[in-house]
Amino acid sequence: MKSLILTTAALAIVAGSAFAQDKTIRMGTEGAYPPYNFINDSGEVDGFERELGDELCTRAELTCEWVKNDWDSIIPNLVSSNYDTIMAGMSITDERDEVIDFTQDYYPPTESAYVALSDDVDLEGGIVSAQTATIQAGYVAESGATLVEFATPEETIAAVRNGEADAVFADYDYLLPLVEESGGELTFVGEGVPLGGGVGMGLRESDTELRDKFDAAITSMKEDGSLNALLDKWFGEGVGTY
Amino acid sequence: MFSYCVDPDSLETLAWLSCYLTTGVHMSFYMAFLKVLGLLAVTAPVALGFGFLGAMAARSGFGPLRWFGKTYIAIVRGVPDIAFFLFFVIALDQALEWLRHKTLCPDWDMPIRQGNDFIVCQAAKLPAGSAPEWIHETYGFALAVITFAIVFGAFAANVLFGGMRAVPHAQLETAAAYGMSQRQTFWRVLVPQMWVYALPGLSNLWMVLIKATPLLFLLGIEDIVYWARELGGTKTSRFTDYPHGDWRMWYFLALLVFYLAFTKVSEIALEKLMLRLTHGQATTGGEAQRRAAS
Repeated sequence: MKSLILTTAALAIVAGSAFAQDKTIRMGTEGAYPPYNFINDSGEVDGFERELGDELCTRAELTCEWVKNDWDSIIPNLVSSNYDTIMAGMSITDERDEVIDFTQDYYPPTESAYVALSDDVDLEGGIVSAQTATIQAGYVAESGATLVEFATPEETIAAVRNGEADAVFADYDYLLPLVEESGGELTFVGEGVPLGGGVGMGLRESDTELRDKFDAAITSMKEDGSLNALLDKWFGEGVGTY
Repeated sequence: MFSYCVDPDSLETLAWLSCYLTTGVHMSFYMAFLKVLGLLAVTAPVALGFGFLGAMAARSGFGPLRWFGKTYIAIVRGVPDIAFFLFFVIALDQALEWLRHKTLCPDWDMPIRQGNDFIVCQAAKLPAGSAPEWIHETYGFALAVITFAIVFGAFAANVLFGGMRAVPHAQLETAAAYGMSQRQTFWRVLVPQMWVYALPGLSNLWMVLIKATPLLFLLGIEDIVYWARELGGTKTSRFTDYPHGDWRMWYFLALLVFYLAFTKVSEIALEKLMLRLTHGQATTGGEAQRRAAS
């Protein structure tokens, strides 16, 4: 068994280096989750992960290209090799780790928060909306509240605005600009909940070589403080704590 | 786009709108309309071709060919569109890559399926990993066209099969009496006459095809529904020069108008076509035309 693993690993390295040249790394993202990733006015992928991903590619000396994909099918399309990485504000969880691999985190475990129209909503027994297949949806399902799931983050907010849900549960960083600009309509309710094992880059389990490259690049960005600078730029002063 | 768009916050409503509606993302939105129209323009003839071949196969005198035609029609008509779209495209893509993998990389000894991962050698990738994004998009588009053509081809085959059987048998017997071969009878007598019987069914299919284009989104193609959802979503001023609330209703309203206008135009065109096809036919419609003319 051990030798089998060793040979497979050796083969992976040999095969990996054989086609290492002339390969564009396709970076998959959702493009609907600011500030992590979004589509800017000129129609390009923008945001924290775009900037970080481009820098990581430069450091790892890779040619990279950004690809948009629906959140629902973002993991299936990775494992069937339609693109090579996922950078989409994806938290590292045990369930996902069984299907794909993650680099180390490039954003520490994030805080999730509830947002509602008023302060007096029942977060334990009411109806709470969350995006499908997120750690937030998993958390709500276990919290006792009735979970309503939506395919995009936008719809989870709309559900609160039109009264379909009492509150929405999502990443604090995603909700913050929306609450600030709602003119007092939306407010944070209850305590923030730390969830997940940090946000990392997802890769195919067989792609160990690529994962090591990106891991090394993330480490170097953590060491020279440039990752902290990026975090401060996109999420506000004091977020970068590596 | 316009020179005055540098500082959108200071603009009047109309000027603001003119800037807002000409941003790069909106251009992608408008391109998506062309994409949908392009898909229809390519898919419809291809599907009709599939349908014609299917119908020919289904009424063939040669057993295996007939079974093949009938099975094709029965299976595709029976499987739900969404299941077909989700399963078939991935299967087709992987089948193509697997075939290329087998021919291009014979000395590859790692398993293709490693757990959940589907891995073929770099040379077998479709399209090549280093190809620019537009090739990937074209490839996805081609897969979409094939899938649409197979699905709608099955329905078209059934309609054409019915149309062929509806041509009065006396016509075929007469042709035989004149000494025409099977092939001549088919192409000179049967095919020209069957369209009038098939057109009502085909026009239905066309309408359904128009409405089915949002399925493109399932295939990962950024069609108008994707962009309407993306552009209509709430935009905060941190991430765009044109912040706005939830405008999805307006975008979907625009889609509604587009689809309604498009089906209306199609209806008019199909009606004209029907008039032309009926001309001189031994049907009630053809008879009515003859009476009106005389």
